[in-house]
Order: sequence, then structure tokens, then C-alpha cells
Amino acid sequence: MQPPLLSRRRALAGGAGALAAAGALGSLSGCAAPATAAGPGQTLLRYWHLFGGGDGVNMQGMLDDFRAGHPEIALEASTLQWGAPYYTKLGMAGAGGRAPELAALHLARLAGFAPGRLLDPFDLDLLAEHGVREKDFPTDIWRRGQVGGKQYAVPLDTHPFVLYYQTEICEKAGLMSGGRLKPISGADDFADALRAAKKATGQPGLVTETLGPDCITPWRLFSSFYAQTGGTVLSADGKRLALDDAKALRVLEYLARLIEEGLMVRRVDYAGSIGVFNGGKTAFHLNGEWEITTFKTTGLPFSMTRIPALFGTAATQADCHSFVLPHQADRGGAPNEAAHTLVAWMLKNSVAWAEGGHVPAYLPVLDDPAYLALKPQSEYRTVIDDVALDEPAWFAGSASRLWIELGAVFSGVLTGSRSPRNALTEAKARLRTLLDTRNPLPGAAS
Amino acid sequence: MTSTTAAAPAPVAKPAESAGGRPSRAVHRKWTEHGLVFIAPFLLVYAGFLIWPLISGLHMSLTSENITGTGGEFVGLDNYAEAVRDPEVWSSLWNTVWFTVLSTVPLVVVGLVLALLAHQLRVVQWLWRLSWFAPFLLPSGVVCLLFLNMILPSDFGLADQLLAAVGLTPEIGWLTDERYAMLSIVATTVWWTVGFNFLLYLAALQAIPAHLYEAAELDGAGAGKRLLHITLPMLSRTTGLVVVLQVLASLKIFDQVYIMTGGGPDDSTRPILQYVYQQGFTGYRIGYASAVSYIFFALILTVSLVQPLLSRRRAEEAAK
Repeated sequence: MQPPLLSRRRALAGGAGALAAAGALGSLSGCAAPATAAGPGQTLLRYWHLFGGGDGVNMQGMLDDFRAGHPEIALEASTLQWGAPYYTKLGMAGAGGRAPELAALHLARLAGFAPGRLLDPFDLDLLAEHGVREKDFPTDIWRRGQVGGKQYAVPLDTHPFVLYYQTEICEKAGLMSGGRLKPISGADDFADALRAAKKATGQPGLVTETLGPDCITPWRLFSSFYAQTGGTVLSADGKRLALDDAKALRVLEYLARLIEEGLMVRRVDYAGSIGVFNGGKTAFHLNGEWEITTFKTTGLPFSMTRIPALFGTAATQADCHSFVLPHQADRGGAPNEAAHTLVAWMLKNSVAWAEGGHVPAYLPVLDDPAYLALKPQSEYRTVIDDVALDEPAWFAGSASRLWIELGAVFSGVLTGSRSPRNALTEAKARLRTLLDTRNPLPGAAS
Repeated sequence: MTSTTAAAPAPVAKPAESAGGRPSRAVHRKWTEHGLVFIAPFLLVYAGFLIWPLISGLHMSLTSENITGTGGEFVGLDNYAEAVRDPEVWSSLWNTVWFTVLSTVPLVVVGLVLALLAHQLRVVQWLWRLSWFAPFLLPSGVVCLLFLNMILPSDFGLADQLLAAVGLTPEIGWLTDERYAMLSIVATTVWWTVGFNFLLYLAALQAIPAHLYEAAELDGAGAGKRLLHITLPMLSRTTGLVVVLQVLASLKIFDQVYIMTGGGPDDSTRPILQYVYQQGFTGYRIGYASAVSYIFFALILTVSLVQPLLSRRRAEEAAK
């Protein structure tokens, strides 16, 4: 038997039915989604974050623990792609007023994220009810979360640029004492250490990302050492160029000299730099602390420490993961409370987060024996007082235009295609362009 | 439009010819007879997804529109003035043009040579066609990752291994050295897309009447003369088409660079489309990104208009 042929009328009717059904679904997701997606009596809490790799695993584990302890909250977490795509998406969601209840944001990007229009402020009383107060955080980092007297971001951690070292090579080069790296005091001392390491292995002593797609390590490198000279890139309000030529040149010429002398691997991208250090070829590696999971997994004999003070103070480049409340047209009620509950819970349980290398921003955790037992993570916890975040500007912060553009410029110094002086001129030109450009997301509060 | 009449099946071509002679009758015809009813769905899609975005983009380029759809103050030609003064626009535009120059020549020449070879080789012809066309079927992401991870890595990549096999160990930073990065992207693109030009040439070769060659042979023309005086002239229209299609395709370079070098080292391979992407999506400046797009659009439009003009002049000269 052949099935009856589909007549045009029937097809049209069917199509109309399907359309109607889609419409019904649409209206459900538009108004009643929270009630349907969460179970009866539950509050839906949507949370967007950008944590992949080892961080992603840690975050998932923490979220699962939270779920287990909070059956009244239906937590729906979405992991989105790190970097520019994430911030594009978060901005658009906030602009539409239909954003998730909670999201992660790099603290240094706050100024460019239109607090008051794309973000809603935290309810500090609500946080205090959960035992989270201003005094529990380093003052500077907490203040960076404020705009116009309101708290738009609550910091979860600091993730600084740190110095990894291969313990066996350093031992061979005579750079260790008592199982730790001997203190390095000053730029010449560091160069000597690299020379000793080179003697021990016959390879450059230091490796760090010098080039590649969206390569930002050269910027981190410059930013760390330049901050050590006491210089700032922009004025404190982020509105004027404050780059000090003499200090910047000192840093750039030092880096160029390390490269020329063959003390640092000249051409290597991010993955390559991990590979070189992991392969036991170099004694030192400069990178964010988050790669700790990679080297622990491979069983490399390594440890890590704060970046030594080469140019004065021991400042280092960093950013902070923080929580924000993306703008919702009708923020409030149980979902908003659930968001505050999760934030407080995450802060108090951030030992698990510290396993990924990050230094918790919630101070009580820094004295937690469980955290102190984490080695080498707790070795560099003091860094939290010396971190150099970008000045507050709309184009600054993780994966921002500042990082990507200046990363490309300083990459040229490391690969040898730009002289330090040329790079400085170019960096200043680009910074001036960025400063002259109107903030595309002017916020109500900024 | 020449392209629509060329693509239309033969029966439709007739009324089109007569319509020129008797416009009054044509106007009074029912709209179904014009085929409007049949192309209406296409027209709707065309209007909705091409004409409207074009107008909307032009409008955006005159505003300070940001990624969130807010902002949007009218700023007149400010964005254009800024773009003209922006050295990054010029450097990325230059990278785009340089890539187009570097890639078009080998893509056309290699496509032609492969087609001539495949046309001559009578044994397992399907194999030549398949193997030369096959890379074109792969998505750009696959091709780029293949070159990025297997062929171009210095030290262990196939390219360096081949050099090592002949006794050279230069350890070239194929994608990380400014001297080679663009060339590596060109090489990847040639391998990936030459199949399309090859196919166009092969089809054109097969359309050359055999009696021309027979006559030439009777007159004692050798292989070289036949190639120079029959094959290449008969392929000239195809060559014109291939060159224009290739120039347009190359100008639109984005994927390969985005995946393989991200525009680096030091922005030396960043094409204009990536700059538009950076301004729009990393920098949130949709208005400015639109203005840069329109400057680029003007360039593409110029290139695509030059070809029909040239070929018309050629046709007129031939008719004289």
C-alpha cells in the first residue's frame, strides 16, 4: 500500500500547525522558561563563564558541589569560549536585558563594560547575609569592582604572571638552595641565572610565548617589568597616556638583550613555549599561574615563584576573575538571591578553585590550612598585594584591544623585527588612538 | 545583466531578445509570464539578506553604533575620516592586496598547467581530476589545521623534514617568521583552492573543437604552436573569468590567516577583514567597522567592474 500523497492543502495545514506549535514554544521560552526549566519549587539560576581546560574541570566540580548542597536552586551553567567572543556575547545579552542571572568577568574589563547598563550592581546587604563583606578582600581589588559608588564586580581570584622553574636544571646550574630557587635580586642577577642555566643545558634559559595568534604574553611581560619600575601606562583614571619613555625603554632594551644573547627562546608560540618547558629544555618559564595543571599532569620536576623584582618593586601583571550580574530588565526576587548565594558559596569554597593556580581573593581562604597545604600554589600567595591591573579604561583588561594590539607590538621586540625604540613609538601611537576613540559602550555609571 | 542571460536556459533567451524590439507588448504582459512569480522567493531572500543589510550597514557606518545595538548616534563621515587616517587600515589593506597578488598568479597558472596535464593524460583520468580537485572539498578549518600542525611546524613538520632530507636544516619559522608567514599562507591557499580553477580550465579545454587541432596538425603546427595559437587563445575568456573570480576570492581572505597566524607575526599577515572583525567584535565598534567594510567594498566593486569593462573592450576590438 502506498501512503496517500501529501496534498498541497494538507501540507499547508501541517505547516501552519508546526508554526503555531513553534509560536507556543516561543512564548513559553519567552515568559515561562524559569518555571519549566527548573523543577517544582526550584529557582532557576543561569550562570555563564569562560573557564575551559583545568579551570573548567575545577569549576564544574565546584558547581556540582553547590548543586548537591542547594536542591532549591536549579543551576544551569554554560561554558562559553574564552576571550573576545565571550565578551561580545555577554554584552549583547546585557543590552537586551535578558541576560543570565550571573556571569564571570575579568575585573580589568569592568570599566569598558558599561556598568549600570550592561551590568547590575550587587546587593551588598544580601552578600553580607551570606557572610561576605568588603573587609574580606584586598582593598585595591575590591575597589576595582566599584563604579559610581556601587559594587558591580565581586572578585574571585587574582591570576598573576609568575615564574616557573625546572628544579633539576636549576639544581644543576647551582641556582637552588634548600629545595627552592635562590633569591634573584635585580635584572643583572636574573641574566646571570639565565646564563648559568644555559651553561647547564646548552639551551636558552628562559622560554615564554613571543608570537602567535592573539599573542598577549609580550604585553604581560612588558606590563610586569614596567610596573616594577613604578611606571604606569595610563593615568590613574585611565584617560591619559602616562607611559614613561626612559622606564619603558629600560625594560624593552633588557628584553631585547636577553633575546640577542640567546638567553631566551626567540620564536615560539604559546603552545610551543609550554612544550619547550615541559620537554625539560629550559630552566625558566614565564606565564600565568593557570598552567600549573599542565605541568603537574606531565609530572615535570618544577616549582613556581613570584616574578623577582628586576626593576625595583616586585609588582607583576595580573587580572582577576570576578562575578558580575549582567543586566536583566526585571532583576530581583528569588533568582537574584540565588545568584548572590552562589557568589558567596564560591568565595568561601575557593580552595578548590586555587588548585588551578589562582590566588583566592577572599582573604579568609588564604589562611585556610587546606590552601596552605597546596604546593606550589600557596608559595606565591603574597603576590595578591603587588598585582598590577591595567588602569581602568574601556579598551583594557584580559583579551582586550590593548592586550592584543600591544602584544603584537612587543612581540616584534622579542622576535627581533622591531627595535625597542620603534616598539615604544608604535605602542604610544596605538595607545593614543585607543584613548582618542570614544568608548563604544558608554555606561550609565562610568 | 549579462550573467543572468548567460545562465538562463535557451528558451528564455528568445523573449528577452524580442522584448528589446517591442517594449509596449512586454510591459502589458501578466507578471507570471515574466517569471516574476517564480523568482519572487529568491527576490525576497535577496532583498532581506543582501539589499537590506547593505543599506543598514551603510547607515551604521555613519553612526557610532556599538555591538549591543545601543549608541548609534549619527556622526556623519567621521568614521570614514578616521579610517582614512588609520595606519592599521592601510597596512591591513596592503596585506590583503599583497596576498591577492601573491596568490592569484600561482592559482591561475598552476590551475592551467594541471588542466593541460589532466587533459593530455588519457590513463586513469578520473584519478588526476579527483586528486587535484579533492583538497577544494575540504573545509578551510581542516586545511589550515593540517598545514598548521603537520606540514609547517618547524623542526618536525613535513616541510622541514623534506628540507632535511635534501641535507638542509634551516628550521624555518614558516608561520612565525615575517619573511615566510604570508608565503606559507599563500602556499596553503594554492594547495587548497587550485582545484576550482583547474576544473574551470578543464571544462574549457574539453570545449575546444578537435577539428581546430586537426587542421593545425595538417598545416604542420607542432605541440608548442598548437598550445600558443589555439589552446591559449581559445581559453582567454575562461582566463578572464578565472582571474576575476580568483582576485575576488583572494581579496576576501580571512579564515586561513585567522586560524594559522591570527594576523601575526606583528600584524604582518592581518588582512582587512580581520581588522574589521577586531574593530567590530573585540573593540565593539560596529559603526567604525562598517565604515572600514565599505571602504573595502568599494575596492572589491572596482575590481569586479574592471573585468567586464575590459572583456567588453576586447570583444569590441575583436568585432572590428
